[in-house]
Amino acid sequence: MTDDAKRSGFSRRSFLRGGAAGALSGGLATGLLTGEAGAAAATDAEAAETVGPGPVEIELEVNGATHRLTVEPRVTLLDGLRDRLDVTGPKRVCDRGTCGACTVLEDGRPIYACSRLMIESAGRSITTVEGLGSPGAMHDVQQAFVDHDAQQCGYCTPGFVVATAALLARHPAPSEPEIEAGLGGNFCRCGTYKGIRAVVAGGKGGGVSGG
Amino acid sequence: MRPFGYAAPATVEQAVGLLAAEGSEALAGGTDLLSLLKDDVERVDRLVALRGVAGLSGIELDDGMLRIGAMTTLQELRDHDGAIAALPALAVAIDGVASPQLREMGTIGGDLLQRPRCWYYRRGFGLLALTADGRSMVAEGDNRYHAIFPAGQARFVNPSSLAPLLVALGAEAVVHGPAGERRLPVEALYQAPQTAGERENTLAAGDLLVGVEANVAGSRSAVYEVRQRRSLDWPLMAAAVTLAGSGPRAEKARIVLGHAAPVPHVAAAAGDLLSGQELTSETVAAAANAAVEDARPMSGNRYKVQLARTAVRRALGQAAGMEI
Repeated sequence: MTDDAKRSGFSRRSFLRGGAAGALSGGLATGLLTGEAGAAAATDAEAAETVGPGPVEIELEVNGATHRLTVEPRVTLLDGLRDRLDVTGPKRVCDRGTCGACTVLEDGRPIYACSRLMIESAGRSITTVEGLGSPGAMHDVQQAFVDHDAQQCGYCTPGFVVATAALLARHPAPSEPEIEAGLGGNFCRCGTYKGIRAVVAGGKGGGVSGG
Repeated sequence: MRPFGYAAPATVEQAVGLLAAEGSEALAGGTDLLSLLKDDVERVDRLVALRGVAGLSGIELDDGMLRIGAMTTLQELRDHDGAIAALPALAVAIDGVASPQLREMGTIGGDLLQRPRCWYYRRGFGLLALTADGRSMVAEGDNRYHAIFPAGQARFVNPSSLAPLLVALGAEAVVHGPAGERRLPVEALYQAPQTAGERENTLAAGDLLVGVEANVAGSRSAVYEVRQRRSLDWPLMAAAVTLAGSGPRAEKARIVLGHAAPVPHVAAAAGDLLSGQELTSETVAAAANAAVEDARPMSGNRYKVQLARTAVRRALGQAAGMEI
């Protein structure tokens, strides 16, 4: 958490940040379900302050750059990225957490940006397809999508690229069931799954590695 | 979405205080609630964000007692080798949520307290979906995914992936309310509403589900879900079973159906029939039949009765480690 974000009146006293579960699960014996952790934390009025419904100042990192902006609490991460920060890689398709076109990484974990309020991502790090690589310096996964012609209309592609990078970060050489499970949250109406499978299928993908 | 306020408490006590106010709703992973708000099915004055509340996330396994914080994500639980080794059926239930993004965002508390998927409810006709003159849209309309054990006018099904397993295990829910902490069986979180103002869960204003606890030592559990397709969707029917004792005999059997009733449906007669019995294809088939004996399917969901029988049979077979 940065001092700037704290000054914004919006602090994030996250006890458990994304990715820390494994490390914490062994050391939780004192607090979990006993209320001790809650009681131990300082009870201060600021943290329980209600903000909004008007714009609230927040700060978050997107593709390595820190942004400070004001958004209403009801603005989703997807709409904030696209409409306020002009980061238009994540696509607005179903807007109901089903199709995967809005997939981004939040602190390294794949999420549906349509189903996260932007204010909930304050103080966190977001990576979109733009943050994985650029046309001049493509990420391996992006290059593999080109090599395998793994897109048609292309609208689902940014989400698929991010989900694929997340899958390969978790399983560098995924089995067929792992590919199905790892990309089960993304849909392609054009039916380019054959090319996408080729991207993910390890050696056949030309040395693709996770993001 | 309509405008709403937002509060991010740091402690359980703060969260409970905020949730006690009218128009406040808890925000966990958001994968269900945000859709309901976008569709104007639910309205809130203020969301109380639980993401930063201390002590709500994490997993503990201590001498066979499994404790899971309500804000633990499905993926964190799936990645906890100790919990999965102690209770392999958890992996089946979690993997049924066939989207990494939903597993990363969705929480244990959110899974247990997600709102029903009934398409009449999701279209704004309310949980009971009654016409102005009190007739059931569900009974008279398309009810292919609805309850085979309707409870009064409540004909939706409980959609939780984890509730059937937790109920079969005899797990407890830990709830923190304005009067402090209390424990109740997980099945007591649920009710079948009978009036328009009632919800499908029993939590009152200011109540916060803090976590669940289950004794996973010495019992064998299994979950079997029947799906229309393998991709991301809710199951048509699910059965969870827990057998106490080892070998072919079950000292005690608990059988719970998901997606069958407005609440996780405890098939008590079927469990009783097996308790103290040796599991054979005959006793298992008898239990499967007993599980649906009092089913009252509607015009379009008779097929779910057979799915329930099959799910019970296969879950029992898996829990007992036998071919049935």
